[in-house]
Amino acid sequence: MFSEQIQLRGHIIDSLLLPKILDEILTQGGQFTIREVSIGQQRTDPSQATIDVFAATPEAVDELVGRLRQHGAEVVKEADVQLAEAPADGVFPDDFYVTTNQQTFVHLAGQWIEVQPATMDSGICVDAERKTATTIKFVAVRKGMKFAVGHRGIRVMPLERSVDRKSVFEFMASSVSSEKPKSAIIREIAAEFRLAKKSKGKILVVAGPALVHTGAGEHFEKLIQWGFVDRLFAGNALAVHDIEQALYGTSLGVYLERGALADEGHENHMRAINAIRAAGGIRPAVERGILTSGIMFNCVSQGVDFVLAGSIRDDGPLPDVITDMIEAQKTMRARVGDVTIALMMGTMLHSIAVGNLLPASVKTICVDINPSVVTKLADRGSFQAIGLVTDLEPFLRELTEFLAEERTA
Amino acid sequence: MSREHNADPRLATSQWHGLRDKLRELGCDVQLLPAQPRLPDLVFTANAGLLVGHRFIPSHFRHPERQGEEPHFIQWFTDHGCEIVRLPEDMFFEGEGDALFAGDMLFCGYKFRSEIRSHQFIADQLECLVVSVELVDSRFYHLDTCFCPLNATTAMWFPGAFDEYGQRAIRNHIPHLIGVAPEESVHFACNAVVLERDVVLPEGCPKLYTALEEQGFQTHALPMTEFIKAGGACKCLTLLLPQR
Repeated sequence: MFSEQIQLRGHIIDSLLLPKILDEILTQGGQFTIREVSIGQQRTDPSQATIDVFAATPEAVDELVGRLRQHGAEVVKEADVQLAEAPADGVFPDDFYVTTNQQTFVHLAGQWIEVQPATMDSGICVDAERKTATTIKFVAVRKGMKFAVGHRGIRVMPLERSVDRKSVFEFMASSVSSEKPKSAIIREIAAEFRLAKKSKGKILVVAGPALVHTGAGEHFEKLIQWGFVDRLFAGNALAVHDIEQALYGTSLGVYLERGALADEGHENHMRAINAIRAAGGIRPAVERGILTSGIMFNCVSQGVDFVLAGSIRDDGPLPDVITDMIEAQKTMRARVGDVTIALMMGTMLHSIAVGNLLPASVKTICVDINPSVVTKLADRGSFQAIGLVTDLEPFLRELTEFLAEERTA
Repeated sequence: MSREHNADPRLATSQWHGLRDKLRELGCDVQLLPAQPRLPDLVFTANAGLLVGHRFIPSHFRHPERQGEEPHFIQWFTDHGCEIVRLPEDMFFEGEGDALFAGDMLFCGYKFRSEIRSHQFIADQLECLVVSVELVDSRFYHLDTCFCPLNATTAMWFPGAFDEYGQRAIRNHIPHLIGVAPEESVHFACNAVVLERDVVLPEGCPKLYTALEEQGFQTHALPMTEFIKAGGACKCLTLLLPQR
């Protein structure tokens, strides 16, 4: 959405100009946000209203504002964004503008320039010559780079939400609860997945090891095989438990098929790590026929781009795990640019971390047995996330069933 | 005021004299503005500007053909001891043609000739309530062609000249409205000079005369055909000194 700020002044209440302008905006297919209204106290006092007018294209905004000007609306001249130089590598200037994950524009030499990519908790580096505005993290700050400071000349576009509330991303936008009917929601998610595939969108899955513990792995493998997973972000544990299951039939020493403990089963996950380390990584293990089933096997054989990021608790880790945190963040950020759907399952910290990299426009679904995970994800800035409180196995089973219906139909 | 002037000059002169004499007969002190060559529309003095007390806000005409009238009006009011309050250069405003008081409320029309921005300026200058109404029918391009206050609470009007918001705004502020029939509105029935209970207005509006007389007004119908061709009638030919 594009916008312009207008101001109305005069006897706009007595003349019914305020309702007329607002009606005109809606009739012409635009939207508005009233920033400020002050009503005159005495009969002869003028009233004043400041309104942000939104429309789908810059041309539509111009046309709409042109109509509103006939009724006395004045365009509020926007000040240019204020810039200051970074005082040192890795340090933003004082009062630097901290981004959100929403579409943001800076006003520079009379033009609105979109800040790219839309990433939260960054600074906005502005190149006045090239007319670019880029979100930059601390580590990428170099002394002398110019950053937006203060709030003047910066505009954040609210996330569009359709009014018909037909889609899952509309009616789910409320508090998380395990009491909600899940089947209809999962069907909607399946529809979103199919839509993403049709429209060349990319689906990112962020998953924790519970995916394997709960026995949901086989359903997830189907998703991979059917082409519904383009990227997989996970930690060492998911890959380790999956590979343990593939090599020994256990996850943390428990036979998934029987739910019984294996003799000396606690050793299995260490032996699995050792096998992959010996092979030189997951891909070589698949190529050499050591790893022949499971999630990671399917990722390699289906060409799913996976990023495994390490943590202090990791055993091993597997050679594929990126243990340099900054490097892991960079690698993940480089792979989210074209993502349109993010499905986050069974991992709180990884979900929050990935949520921080995503623009608010990415449809984000968080599935967890613990309601607080979804709440936390939203509280940490990914307000667009919708939540589903359920065990992963029934969720993925139902999701694959809905997707299978479509395939057979 | 209309570009299609094909009036009969002799008949027009006679009709104008008829109006002047009628106003004098009703007790008006009629002041005259000398005619100027190549400015035929100067006769429509309602468009000179707006006089409130001794403050005169001169018009700034939208059409270049009429802008030549501005210095003559300003000179006349300067000569008569008025304070001239000029609009910013980029605002169009056509005087009493688009600005009529009903009591202490100033009703202002906009779109075809005057701009709404001028209303805000005038409200600030005169510190009065200005009710701005959009004119939507190009036949009624000035407010005084479709709206005529008779006193603080009564007015005659042709609702079809306004959009829905303008109609509502007028209804909200004027409790007694006398509607003009469409067939009479085109005779510029609303383009009337109101002198307390006397209303001087064009011929050809019998329904309106009856309605006004029922409300206790005395009507004085005058032939205005030659001026109606140019887009004006009784009111357009006069400016109240002062309007308030």
